[in-house]
Amino acid sequence: MLRLPTFTFHRPKTAAEAVRIKCDHGNEAMYVAGGTDLYPNMKRRQQTPTHVVSLGEIGELRSIDVRKDGGVSLGAMVLLSQIEAHPYLRQHYPAFVHAVAEISTPLLRNMGTIGGNLLLDTRCTYYDQTHEWRESIDFCMKKDGAICWVAPGSPRCWAVQSSDTVPVVCALEATVDLVGPQGARSLVAGELYRDDGIQYLTKKPEELLTRLHLPAPGGWQASYVKLRRRGTFDFPVLGVGACLWMSGKTITKANVRLGGAGSYAIPAAETEKALVGRELTDEVIAAAGALAMKPARTMDNTDLDVYWRRKVAPVYVARALQACR
Amino acid sequence: MTDPGKVLATFFVNGERHECAFAPHKTLLEVLREDLQLTGTKHGCELGECGACTVQIDGVPVLSCLVVALEAVGKQIRTVEGLADGPTLHPLQETFADLGAAQCGYCTPGVLMTAEALLRRDRCPSRDTIKQCLAGNLCRCTGYLKIFEAVELAAARLRGEPAEPRKETIHGS
Ligand SMILES: Cc1cc2nc3c(=O)[nH]c(=O)nc-3n(C[C@H](O)[C@H](O)[C@H](O)COP(=O)(O)OP(=O)(O)OC[C@H]3O[C@@H](n4cnc5c(N)ncnc54)[C@H](O)[C@@H]3O)c2cc1C
Ligand code: SF4
Ligand code: FES
Ligand code: FES
Repeated sequence: MLRLPTFTFHRPKTAAEAVRIKCDHGNEAMYVAGGTDLYPNMKRRQQTPTHVVSLGEIGELRSIDVRKDGGVSLGAMVLLSQIEAHPYLRQHYPAFVHAVAEISTPLLRNMGTIGGNLLLDTRCTYYDQTHEWRESIDFCMKKDGAICWVAPGSPRCWAVQSSDTVPVVCALEATVDLVGPQGARSLVAGELYRDDGIQYLTKKPEELLTRLHLPAPGGWQASYVKLRRRGTFDFPVLGVGACLWMSGKTITKANVRLGGAGSYAIPAAETEKALVGRELTDEVIAAAGALAMKPARTMDNTDLDVYWRRKVAPVYVARALQACR
Repeated sequence: MTDPGKVLATFFVNGERHECAFAPHKTLLEVLREDLQLTGTKHGCELGECGACTVQIDGVPVLSCLVVALEAVGKQIRTVEGLADGPTLHPLQETFADLGAAQCGYCTPGVLMTAEALLRRDRCPSRDTIKQCLAGNLCRCTGYLKIFEAVELAAARLRGEPAEPRKETIHGS
């Protein structure tokens, strides 16, 4: 059987107490929300905290609040299934809700949280394997080893950003609240991530993500399109999040993020530039989509063929743009 | 805080209290099967990838292989052993048996727990709703068709309709 390694389980009642416990144990401790990312990783010994700090008892992280401006603030411990079922979110944030509904399976969405999804570990064919599997070919640099099996000459890890909500949340320019020993701070979601498969977050390990703030609806249209082998279970091997701000029919600003195509949700900068000042015609969509092949830095470390994944990036970007109409 | 070693806790499973001592890093699946001898719940992948271990916690179907048992203390746990009412099978169990919706049977406890939660929420689910709802329970034998038909038939019987399986389902077409 695949068992969890031994650890001490902590169940603090407040965010401040959780941060204190995490600080007391340093690198030996990790937070756990729904555990649907951390526990499989612990069973495969990819992550091996000896202290696990559960956020399950912290009531303040569970609320969904509609703000005065019509925007929505979600606690980090809000379940994915709660988001799917929330009438206001369904009405005003269909792209975000769609991304959530595309995650894993209904059973896992009854357990997984939005906070855990935003902080999901990066993934790689050579990393998401049992300890024995990884040992048999020798460990890679993301855990216990020194080499990268995908790009053996590379000094860095190319593990893949695999959360479905991250491309949308970054495109929307949503913000997140973090709490650490030095107090609280807020970031635009895009600033939470780094282009590195190992250090994929800019936040300090002890910082707790407390809330996600979605911008007020109106003036923009968003979408999310996902590529995967099966219609359920599978992580995205390409996930396009788009958000277009409009004045009448003219696009005034465009954010297009490519998930599953690198270690962070990569901005398709040329695509974005080609959209601003234009109307969303079929020609503009096709031309803007074509520009998305270059930024898609797919590597041979996920499901499906690496060249094909890169080749279909324009198609998926075009579909995402069409869905914004 | 709980130290490594064993902890003592009380679980409510299928309406009964169970006190038991177990290692605090055990999953709910491991405690159910190994400490409470409730082996109806199956272990498959143990990584969230198959649904064989599905149980209900406070009425919601979840994967017991990814729940630390300590998080389930004080909550109402329901397993496949709690579906029948004494000697009377749950309508889902009846229709799964009658229609051949269980072949090797390994996925069946998990499928039943997911489907039962659906039928409590939706008395008349469409085929598409049933498919979506069972999208986290893999079955390697049936090809799913008989599972969907069995859920539909059980739903009809739970609504009080005198529904019978289609002839094609039992005898083939
Ligand atoms: C079979 C399977 C399929 C999956 N498919 C998908 C998929 O298609 N798309 C997808 O996006 N995901 C998928 N997942 C991954 C996962 O289920 C989801 O991403 C889920 O939302 C993670 O949330 P969680 O609460 O379970 O995270 P956890 O496992 O609890 O935590 C994830 C990480 O975030 C940290 N963390 C969690 N909450 C906080 C917080 N508030 N503050 C600071 N740190 C925190 C944890 O320490 C951990 O490192 C899949 C998982 C499985 C097992
Ligand atoms: S990209 Fe390379 S270093 Fe990173 S997890 Fe994969 S094999 Fe390991
Ligand atoms: S054993 Fe839990 S999902 Fe496979
Ligand atoms: S009946 Fe064998 S796996 Fe479903």
